[in-house]
Amino acid sequence: MPPETLIEAKSLGFSYDTRPILKGIDMTMSRGKVIAIMGGSGSGKTTLLRLISGEIQPTSGYVKFAGEVVHELNRDALFKLRRKMGMLFQFGALFTDLSVFDNVAFQMREHTNLPESMIRDLVLMKLHAVGLRGAHHLMPNQLSGGMARRVALARSIALDPMLIMYDEPFTGLDPISLSVIGNLIRRLTDTLGITSIVVTHDVQESLKIVDYVYFIADGVIAAQGTPKEVRDSVAPFVHQFVHGEEDGPVPFHYPAQAYKKDLNLEDTFA
Amino acid sequence: MPKRIVASIQHIGHRVIESIWRLGRATRFFILVLLKSGTSLRRFGLVIRELYFTGVLSLIIIVVSGLFVGMVLGLQGYETLQKYGSESAVGTLVALSLVRELGPVVAALLFASRAGSAITAEIGLMKATEQLAAMGLMAVDPIARVVAPRFWSGVISMPFLAAMFSVMGVFGGYLVTVVFIGVDEGSFWSQMQSAVDFRFDILNGFIKSCFFGVAVTAIAVFEGYDAPPTAEGVSGATTRTVVTSSLVILGLDFILTAFMFRGVS
Repeated sequence: MPPETLIEAKSLGFSYDTRPILKGIDMTMSRGKVIAIMGGSGSGKTTLLRLISGEIQPTSGYVKFAGEVVHELNRDALFKLRRKMGMLFQFGALFTDLSVFDNVAFQMREHTNLPESMIRDLVLMKLHAVGLRGAHHLMPNQLSGGMARRVALARSIALDPMLIMYDEPFTGLDPISLSVIGNLIRRLTDTLGITSIVVTHDVQESLKIVDYVYFIADGVIAAQGTPKEVRDSVAPFVHQFVHGEEDGPVPFHYPAQAYKKDLNLEDTFA
Repeated sequence: MPKRIVASIQHIGHRVIESIWRLGRATRFFILVLLKSGTSLRRFGLVIRELYFTGVLSLIIIVVSGLFVGMVLGLQGYETLQKYGSESAVGTLVALSLVRELGPVVAALLFASRAGSAITAEIGLMKATEQLAAMGLMAVDPIARVVAPRFWSGVISMPFLAAMFSVMGVFGGYLVTVVFIGVDEGSFWSQMQSAVDFRFDILNGFIKSCFFGVAVTAIAVFEGYDAPPTAEGVSGATTRTVVTSSLVILGLDFILTAFMFRGVS
């Protein structure tokens, strides 16, 4: 039996003013899987996450989350749905005026009536899961980049969501922190039975931990497959991206007029 | 040449339209803040926490400025009044100037520079570092949770700060004229007491400072929330908060004074 679908996007399109960012995306994401969304800068990866969370409205098509069409929900229903989602921002987006403990406790205090003693135990458990129980008293400005992201991860699993979205979780991390975050994503997905969507540029790290990959280029899905299929792919775009080649379907040069013409050399060498 | 003229007219038109849009956005935002103030009022602890940052931390600048403004007023007032032999009226001069005008206005100007700019920078940076977006994705409305408590804390603290400014100003005037120069203490206080009217002077000054509190904090929270999420955007928004607030305070002061003190001697 195929695993149950948590997210389904159908003909999903989005434009900023008249500039199309996404042009008809179809994808399905199953429960309990880690899915990577890859693509160059400005290819619309983060826009896709914002569409799933209902932060922006699609210009065509729809996203279904747990059977509900996200953009058709009213504000209250959307906020209710968002309690089932967690999001890890690129640099953590921790609340700088709150301690590590209070950051993780934030959603519990906002959305539940749990007694403070229970919140304390839950927060310490979440922080223990990311290895930072001992750092609960620190302020965000006392954390390293990797630690801040781990705290943000603990915060995003605070209410046991069904889905966690990671926006560039590996950016700017040293190799140890990078590996820690990668392993945490995999471990949390497996132990909590949640679905993880990882938007990333980091091909090698993410291919180690994900179950399925979507490549987005020019607003459409250029390729998709399991990590093995992606590594073995001979499709020019995938090959260029996975192997980090300088030139290919994604050109090195920004479109420009002829080089000689720009340097006014045409007459000289004609 | 005509092309350049058309371009400059277009530029002016564009700026005007942009300003009107911005005013519309600000009005809509202000109404949203009021509508979403329920959380702040239910969980008043959120407002009290902000009261510390906006009110208590502004006290030192208000107290010191008030003292010096009062001292200068006393000194200048005495210099002028003694030429006419009415130096005993210096208490009245100091108190009326402070309670009616200088207290609310200067306190509001200082409040805009100290607390208004801090509110804008904080909200702007929270936006730039995606903290507001993160909050929204946690199903917590940032306007209700972040903006409204800061707005109400400003509105509440402003009248108290203005009152504190006036009190310190009167004390400064007393120090200079009575303690240092030697004006008769009895006439200083009694003339002040008989000249300052509770309804016309103190209450009107209080109402003024309430208006200024609403104006300054509304501008500060809007500028922060509307700031482009970059370092340049936040610094520009902080500057705009101080400049716009100062102009609005002075403009509002004129309008309020015209209404309040019509026919009052």
